[in-house]
Amino acid sequence: MSQTIAIKSYEDLLNVKERYINRHKQYEYTILVCSGASCISSNCLNVKNALEAELEKAGMRDKVLLKQTGCVGFCDVGPIVIVEPDGVFYCKLKPEDMEMLVQRHLVGKEIVEELCFLDNKSGERVPYVRDIDFFKEQLKIVFAKCGVIDYSDIDEYIATDGYKAIYKALTEMTPDEVIEEVGKAGLRGRGGGGFPTAFKWRAARQAQGDQKYVICNADEGDPGAFMDRSLLEGDPHAVIEGIMIAGYAVGADKCIVYVRAEYPLAVERLTAAIEKAREYGLLGENIFNTAFNYDIEIRIGAGAFVCGEETALINSVEGKRGEPRQKPPYPAEAGLFGKPTVINNVETFGNIAPIILKGSEWFAKVGTEKSNGTKVFALAGDISNTGIVEVPIGTPLRKVVENIGGGVPNKKAFKAAQIGGPSGGCIPSELFEIPLDYNNLTEIGAMMGSGGLIVLDENTCMVDIAKFFLEFTVDESCGKCTPCRVGTRRLYELLEKITEGKGTMEDIDKLEELCYHIKENSLCGLGQSAPNPVLSTLKFFRDEYVAHVDKKQCPAGICKSLLSYVILEDKCTGCTLCSRVCPVGCISGSVKQPHKINQDVCIKCGACFERCKFSAIVRK
Amino acid sequence: MKEVRECCCHHPETKEELYEALNQVLDKYERKESNLIQILHMTQAIFGYLPEDVLKYIAEEMDLPLSKIFGVVTFYSLFSTQPKGRHTIQVCMGTACYVKGADKVLNEILDKLGIKLGETTKDGRFSVQVMRCIGACGLAPAISIDGDILKHVTVNMVDDILKRYE
Ligand SMILES: Cc1cc2nc3c(=O)[nH]c(=O)nc-3n(C[C@H](O)[C@H](O)[C@H](O)COP(=O)(O)O)c2cc1C
Ligand code: SF4
Ligand code: SF4
Ligand code: FES
Repeated sequence: MSQTIAIKSYEDLLNVKERYINRHKQYEYTILVCSGASCISSNCLNVKNALEAELEKAGMRDKVLLKQTGCVGFCDVGPIVIVEPDGVFYCKLKPEDMEMLVQRHLVGKEIVEELCFLDNKSGERVPYVRDIDFFKEQLKIVFAKCGVIDYSDIDEYIATDGYKAIYKALTEMTPDEVIEEVGKAGLRGRGGGGFPTAFKWRAARQAQGDQKYVICNADEGDPGAFMDRSLLEGDPHAVIEGIMIAGYAVGADKCIVYVRAEYPLAVERLTAAIEKAREYGLLGENIFNTAFNYDIEIRIGAGAFVCGEETALINSVEGKRGEPRQKPPYPAEAGLFGKPTVINNVETFGNIAPIILKGSEWFAKVGTEKSNGTKVFALAGDISNTGIVEVPIGTPLRKVVENIGGGVPNKKAFKAAQIGGPSGGCIPSELFEIPLDYNNLTEIGAMMGSGGLIVLDENTCMVDIAKFFLEFTVDESCGKCTPCRVGTRRLYELLEKITEGKGTMEDIDKLEELCYHIKENSLCGLGQSAPNPVLSTLKFFRDEYVAHVDKKQCPAGICKSLLSYVILEDKCTGCTLCSRVCPVGCISGSVKQPHKINQDVCIKCGACFERCKFSAIVRK
Repeated sequence: MKEVRECCCHHPETKEELYEALNQVLDKYERKESNLIQILHMTQAIFGYLPEDVLKYIAEEMDLPLSKIFGVVTFYSLFSTQPKGRHTIQVCMGTACYVKGADKVLNEILDKLGIKLGETTKDGRFSVQVMRCIGACGLAPAISIDGDILKHVTVNMVDDILKRYE
């Protein structure tokens, strides 16, 4: 296919673009097959193969370009294909649907209604991407090309203005001007802390040292977030280009990308993209005939959440236990192997090329006064449209959950959103209108975090959620300092006591006190933020804690120790269904007679409750 | 990374061959301390786990104290010093999966196999671990078996799923 050329000038970039366009002139249709990790687990590759076979059969192989793209974001309805230039979105596809798609859409030029997206709210099929609420309300800067271009085709990345930003930086801007531009854009780190990016870059630029490093943090530790992964898999060159610009700005010639081991596909695609960039001379020596030399190496983590913390990550890259270091010195002064190091998040890097190419003024127009640009969220939990969404910073939570996310399914009510993972907090339904930006969220005791946004419906117990996160931090505390190691365990024990109905009102006070102690005395961000889920649920859902303690009740019906299942005699028809599903055989009664649950034996699995057709079983 | 996945299935290789593969890894990473974690990853892929003898060998080859290597191995949850079953089931217990009932799925799997978390079945068929988010939150609850991700798993599906792996 593409013969190798070393790209050395602007002309070379244009040539690649022209070559790409020429090569694709023959195609009447382009079919994008979403090949994000989610769609791959939905067997999109079988769909693609079937599509290929059908095109062959219809004799259209040379008129239709099949393109594997990264995640289009709408993970829940995969496998997905988009037919361009018509802009028609087909989803939940099966290989056997492909004959119909080829025959009716491509040959017959009609939309195959029954394969289009079904909008649950209106009950109607919505054929065009542009009309689907999930896409309509988003604004894509970082993910602009993800789900659109073939992630493995460097030519297509270049044909869509790729590597122009690094060219511009290298040939038209000094490193200081690059930093200045990023500063004017007001870009803040997307990895959780929200620290101004230009600030860090300037510090690293000014630091003394013959060797400097850039690190890309792709550890994505928040259990419930998958934005960074999607970007690496769907548009790896965008991340590479951002990393290069950072290198030029701070004076580094080497970058390490630290990827968590749980993301083999991201590693595979990023590795391939780096090799391609080297082949094109975009990585290596004298890039674009300038004095800029640069290379990128990938390091794989080994399953430790704390390694997402920058100094722990640096230890891990050095081959050590991933324990955080004392700050200062900050990485910008003494980071990897003691050298000045800039460390940024994947999504942060994804913003760099657009800023350099389109300018800080353009970027600063998006978002709020204090926080510019967009933020990518991973929507999951009790929500209809799970997936990846990118919206201007400051977009109200309601819009993200209801308009884009399609709301809470099964006619249940929205109870809260958990944002920022184990370091974050919750946003209750009273604050549904809150604009999602750094300052607002910090004010209510939550945080923007890296972008995990988990929607919780009315059947969620907030004490249980706090306990879930504490179990996580207890597991993940590196143990270096006592407030975190011992304190989080104590917090967990108190929560366990409360959810088991053994807590006292004093315990709630103790819980709160301990939270502040841990926050103030822990060495790193993990410990300092570990109490947040507890504090935040205490702040907004204290009554739930009190119910567990005072009334020995779990209002949401989740905490097993506080539950019992009872059969209502007057409603029970004696159909025996429940006694047949009970795994421990503790339901007795003869046919057509009211049944009874032996409470001493019942393990509260809820199977009978779910099975009874007469609403005769209640949960108390 | 591909190599890592392909090698987990315990080929019937001789000890010499395994050590030969390990030596290649050590050469490739120049026995540098900063490459220790990558070396351990590859070693685990070759041997299926990190046997003590092998760690001793690595310590000598890299001229590092064994305690230092143990320190690193025990720090990271993906390293295992115990042999694993033929199939590794990883149940995601990340937030999204938890909210969607991953704990019920986990209990069902453990019940069906009659083992505790982290253990291997007596016939060596399955090991069960929990993971903290495998990045498939949109498909929650998700489990991964030998690296393949299964989505929207319910308690009722467990039996069928287990039958597929011998
Ligand atoms: C416990 C802990 C875990 C973290 N995990 C991540 C992570 O997974 N990814 C990430 O980009 N930043 C993570 N961070 C933030 C990093 O320390 C660092 O601030 C960030 O990578 C800087 O990049 P940014 O300025 O572009 O956001 C974590 C911080 C803490 C305290
Ligand atoms: S706060 Fe926790 S994770 Fe951070 S250094 Fe201390 S013990 Fe380790
Ligand atoms: S909750 Fe479960 S154990 Fe208890 S009676 Fe119902 S089916 Fe049996
Ligand atoms: S929480 Fe299970 S895949 Fe993310």
